[in-house]
Amino acid sequence: MSVSSGITGKQTGAVSRPFLARLDQWWLLALPVFLFLAVFFLYPTSIILLRTFTEFDAPQSGGLDNLAWFLGGEANRTILFRTILVAAVSTILTSLIAFPYAYLMTVVSARTRTVMLGAVLISMFFGILLRNFSWVVMLQYQGSLNDVLVALGLNRIRFLGTMPAVLMGMTHILFPFMLLPLYAVLRGIDRRLVLAAQSLGATPSRAFWQVYVPLSTPGFVAGSMLVFVLALGFFVTPALLGSQQQSLLSQLMFTQFDKTAAFGRAGAMALVLMIAATVFVVLGNAISRTSRAYEAS
Amino acid sequence: MTSPTLKAAEVEFIGVSKRYGFGPIAIDKLDLTVRPGEFLTLLGPSGSGKTTALNLLAGFQMPTSGQILIDGADISALPAYKRNIGVVFQHYALFPHMTVRENVGYPLKQRRVAKDELRRRVDEALRMVAIEAFADRLPRQLSGGQQQRVAVARAFVFQPRLLLMDEPLGALDRKLRESVQLELKRIHRELGVTVVFVTHDQEEALVMSDRVAVFDAGKIQQVGTASELYDAPLTKFVAQFLGESNCWVGDVTHQSSDRSTVSGPGWTVKGTRIEQTPSSGRAAVVVRPERCSLVARGDAPAGWNEIPGLIRDIVYLGSLRKVVIDLEAGGTAVVSSRPETEFPLNRAVSVAFPISSARTLPAAE
Repeated sequence: MSVSSGITGKQTGAVSRPFLARLDQWWLLALPVFLFLAVFFLYPTSIILLRTFTEFDAPQSGGLDNLAWFLGGEANRTILFRTILVAAVSTILTSLIAFPYAYLMTVVSARTRTVMLGAVLISMFFGILLRNFSWVVMLQYQGSLNDVLVALGLNRIRFLGTMPAVLMGMTHILFPFMLLPLYAVLRGIDRRLVLAAQSLGATPSRAFWQVYVPLSTPGFVAGSMLVFVLALGFFVTPALLGSQQQSLLSQLMFTQFDKTAAFGRAGAMALVLMIAATVFVVLGNAISRTSRAYEAS
Repeated sequence: MTSPTLKAAEVEFIGVSKRYGFGPIAIDKLDLTVRPGEFLTLLGPSGSGKTTALNLLAGFQMPTSGQILIDGADISALPAYKRNIGVVFQHYALFPHMTVRENVGYPLKQRRVAKDELRRRVDEALRMVAIEAFADRLPRQLSGGQQQRVAVARAFVFQPRLLLMDEPLGALDRKLRESVQLELKRIHRELGVTVVFVTHDQEEALVMSDRVAVFDAGKIQQVGTASELYDAPLTKFVAQFLGESNCWVGDVTHQSSDRSTVSGPGWTVKGTRIEQTPSSGRAAVVVRPERCSLVARGDAPAGWNEIPGLIRDIVYLGSLRKVVIDLEAGGTAVVSSRPETEFPLNRAVSVAFPISSARTLPAAE
């Protein structure tokens, strides 16, 4: 208050002072959060990223060696590519599953909607480790999924240690992060718009694709950003359901960090991952700036 | 409009009923004919079935039983997108991600109209509703009245044979509403199309319509012109829903060929007898406030009805004055009069009206 009254002029003061005063209070309220983030997020992240350029294990010796080591190794590039691919496939799978689920949630009764939402949220309460272990139980050679295959007259399949197993687990765990933003957007779409399109001569499927789907874009973008960025850094699921031969970037990072204590190399990987995530978020923002669906809200 | 006058459709509802699930019946054996080129309003309180009737006609819902014919052809089973009916929705339902031009062009695009032709017809429609200056704006950037014009243009640009409007003026403020009412009338005249209009606003219905169908509890109470409904209501509901009415419900005590006498505790009123008037049992007598006069006790002209009461309230309405009377026999009556004579509050007076101004109607709801 004292600061703002000092810098505002006499004429404009009557209008701008309350706003600035309010701003000051909000900044003050947010200050602990900023401090917390600075100490526990900004500081360690910068340290790790910094070590990319300061800490070297032989044969790396200085400069951009750590980045060169990571991007130069064929195996590393394969892992990077695989990580991005897995994140992309997880994003696509979660949106394919989440869309009909979210749509259904907008048309059912309030009670059914609560049950549907609860069914999704309740699995989040059990912790990520337990959820991954239940996938181990389900997917193992003598597990329930294989029992079903046998009952259908098929042969048992070795799921664990394969990419499909990792994708199943990741899709399941990331599903709520796609569903919730998508549902929030679908709930706001006036379904009479679809009826209007039909009265104007559009078949139900054209009305759906030309009106409903474009208007749901903001939900897909928001959900995809969350899912893709989270998937890029996934560790527990690939570690438990996948294999060392098919590892993802976070597993490689963990090896460098934990086994060889090569902090510089881990930092280089973290940097690459961060750039990949940033590129994706920038892409999402670009879509949201050009899409007129954002005009609806 | 340079395009040829549209062929206006004739609509017939034949014994149409609609029930939602196992719930109460929304529309009960509806019979209604809309004449070609007519502006017909479905008027009723909310939940009376008028919007359901519109949805059935648009094809958004299917009737439980009965037939809907357009120009003699049964369309009951035809999906909405094949019906070629323009619909203006209550809150316009403009596509928020499309410009005004794209919204109005949408029905033409569905019909695969060639690009040049499409542009020409969209421009023409926009000109007709005086919105061409906003063609490249998004709906969000328009005022309510402008959005309403776009919705109307989108509904008639593909030359439908029938236009449906579901309370299209409900979201507009009063002043704007009156100018849009006149504008819709003009568009109806210029297009020559059949219009079915839904509203709960009786004044709007009387201003705009050639005929009005009054709905209550899933049934049509009466169909007629504004003056038929106002001067010759067939049911107590119509008399009370359109304009103001004084109403007494009692038992029929006497009747002649053209008059019925209805009595209750402490009062007796004579009124015109019509075909629907019950010959015995419960009946209602209704009379419009402007047909009533205030007279000193016992001063009613010979042959008039006279009901004693006390003046409770006087409301000035510009050129008219509304006087509320507490009747001695219970209940109240309203008399409209010109404010020439002064009436003090609590003065003992009589409400008087000629027998020919009162109508005796069925009492049942």
